[in-house]
Amino acid sequence: MSLRRRLVFVTGAFGLVALAVILWAPTVGSTPVSLARAFDRRIPWADNVDAQIFFVARLPRVLAGSLIGAALAAAGVVLQAMLRNPLATPFTLGVSAGAALGAMLAIAWRLDVGAVGVSSVPIASFLGSLVAMAIVYGLASSQRRGLSTNVLLLAGVTLNSFFSALILFVQYLADFAESYRTVRWLMGDLDIGSYRPILAALPFTVAAFAVFAILPRALNLLTMGEDVAASRGVDVGRAQRWAFFSASLATGAAVSLGGPVGFIGIVVPHLVRLMVGSDHRVVLPAATLFGAAFLVTCDVLARTVMAPVEVPVGVITALIGGPFFLWLLVRQS
Amino acid sequence: MNTKGTKMNTKATKMDTKATKSRGRSWLSLLSLFVIFVSSFVIFVSAFQAPQRIVSLVPAVTEMLFAIGAGPQVVAVSSYDREPPEVRTLPRVGALLDPDVERILSIRPDLVITYGSQTDLQQQLERASIALFDYRHAGLADITSTIRRLGGVTGHAAQAERTAGSIEDRLAEVRAKAAAGLRPRTLLVFGRERGALRNIYASGGRGFLHDMLEAAGGINVFADIARESVQATTELVLARAPDVILEVRSADIESDAEASREAQSWSPLASVPAVRNRRVIVLTGQGLTVPGPRVAEVVERMFQALHRTP
Repeated sequence: MSLRRRLVFVTGAFGLVALAVILWAPTVGSTPVSLARAFDRRIPWADNVDAQIFFVARLPRVLAGSLIGAALAAAGVVLQAMLRNPLATPFTLGVSAGAALGAMLAIAWRLDVGAVGVSSVPIASFLGSLVAMAIVYGLASSQRRGLSTNVLLLAGVTLNSFFSALILFVQYLADFAESYRTVRWLMGDLDIGSYRPILAALPFTVAAFAVFAILPRALNLLTMGEDVAASRGVDVGRAQRWAFFSASLATGAAVSLGGPVGFIGIVVPHLVRLMVGSDHRVVLPAATLFGAAFLVTCDVLARTVMAPVEVPVGVITALIGGPFFLWLLVRQS
Repeated sequence: MNTKGTKMNTKATKMDTKATKSRGRSWLSLLSLFVIFVSSFVIFVSAFQAPQRIVSLVPAVTEMLFAIGAGPQVVAVSSYDREPPEVRTLPRVGALLDPDVERILSIRPDLVITYGSQTDLQQQLERASIALFDYRHAGLADITSTIRRLGGVTGHAAQAERTAGSIEDRLAEVRAKAAAGLRPRTLLVFGRERGALRNIYASGGRGFLHDMLEAAGGINVFADIARESVQATTELVLARAPDVILEVRSADIESDAEASREAQSWSPLASVPAVRNRRVIVLTGQGLTVPGPRVAEVVERMFQALHRTP
């Protein structure tokens, strides 16, 4: 009963914050917008600049930001618990490097296989993340029954640097303009310009979150050790597999949508744990909501601090997330 | 005292010898004067002789060299050089970020054209006592001044003057025509993800692209942003509401059908006058964004695009 009350309270509080941020974010930007005009249906759509700025330029960004922030933060929580490693991030297991490599190849080779209104770059990057996921899983499950978290970590880290080397190689061989685009892609960018990429990423994210919803009890026990979890009736191998696949899927979808936006997957889970404790039944939903609010806020800053020129959102998340996290760390100890 | 006397004695003897050989000496000095004169003349001439083995690491400058008749002196180019067709058979020696110093040295150039940021390469070449021609992209006026400077360095001053003068005449003609007509507010895009409104790169209020647009009679909607390139978000495009969107993306759009398909990508921004009045124009062809001798031609095309009735 007390857990349920805490869950309702924490989720309610974080939900309110996230909702407030998501409602506030589309109203600010580099240009002043009249909300009354934006929602005035009597003005024809083609003439209503305010409505277009609101619905075409800002709302897709805010929605993409909240989806990516939520996915990366939740994936961070799941992977940190499953690997029993506080340094794990959604980018640790090579999934994001695979996604980045896919995007780099699509940009450098100018692949033109856009489908359902989504350009080739996000599709290629999602495929890249699936390939990386398959390689890491194959390596980690070849040794023994179930997954070896050690092999998983080492394989992920190695794959990360291997893919990073390939990325540098592709960038080096690409034309100058393409090289710049690839570098810019790696900084993260939420200006997606339409709702279609979000709709394309949504099914994968929803599937991942459906799995996240049943994981918290197993994650709580897994953090105490595989043997403890097994003795309490957790099918360790299965729980690890589900955690790995769902977190990787969420990461792949998020990265293919907005690029590898850094720091959210590591900073948000820790921040939330510092605020609400370590019970994953509370941490996971809280981190999901806080991640969404955090990235959307960072994107508002990215859009406005140097307006009309925009700062890459990955730079803002790192600049805010890094020092804030260190401050909390020092204060705690 | 004794030593002093001896010295004076020796001196006297020497003077005596000199006097007896004065005839031979004057011949010798005449000869040495002649040698000095000839050798200094050779050094003088060789110092001011036009370079015969030029390596160009900047595609725009390569085009200029060929335009002023210095093409036959070019022996190697960068890996990105495509124009004029003569360069396609020349050896490649790397480019802006990866100049191959060994290959450059092995070609034994007497002039290397470098970009301003290649400071390491410049130091290495200076150590090898190879003459440098330093270049940086700047405004439209710098194109013709660079052509003239190249003419002086390569010994083609007259032809360089003709080339630069003709570019300036053509630009002046376009400017005069543009001054008479309307000046549409224009967004000049030189990079964008295909088929989407992502990663839009447009010209800011600096550099040759901005100058070209203004010469062609357009008003740059980003003229207030003092940068060469601006990553334009959809919000910025909606807020600036350009009358014309002009895309110069020679690198990745080949056919006209593809160009009109790409112009369609802007349709979500229906309130932008350029989109509403179907004045999104995609210019196709190579070398649209090269600040070289073809710049007048591109400005003329821009003028036509900006002033043609939809």
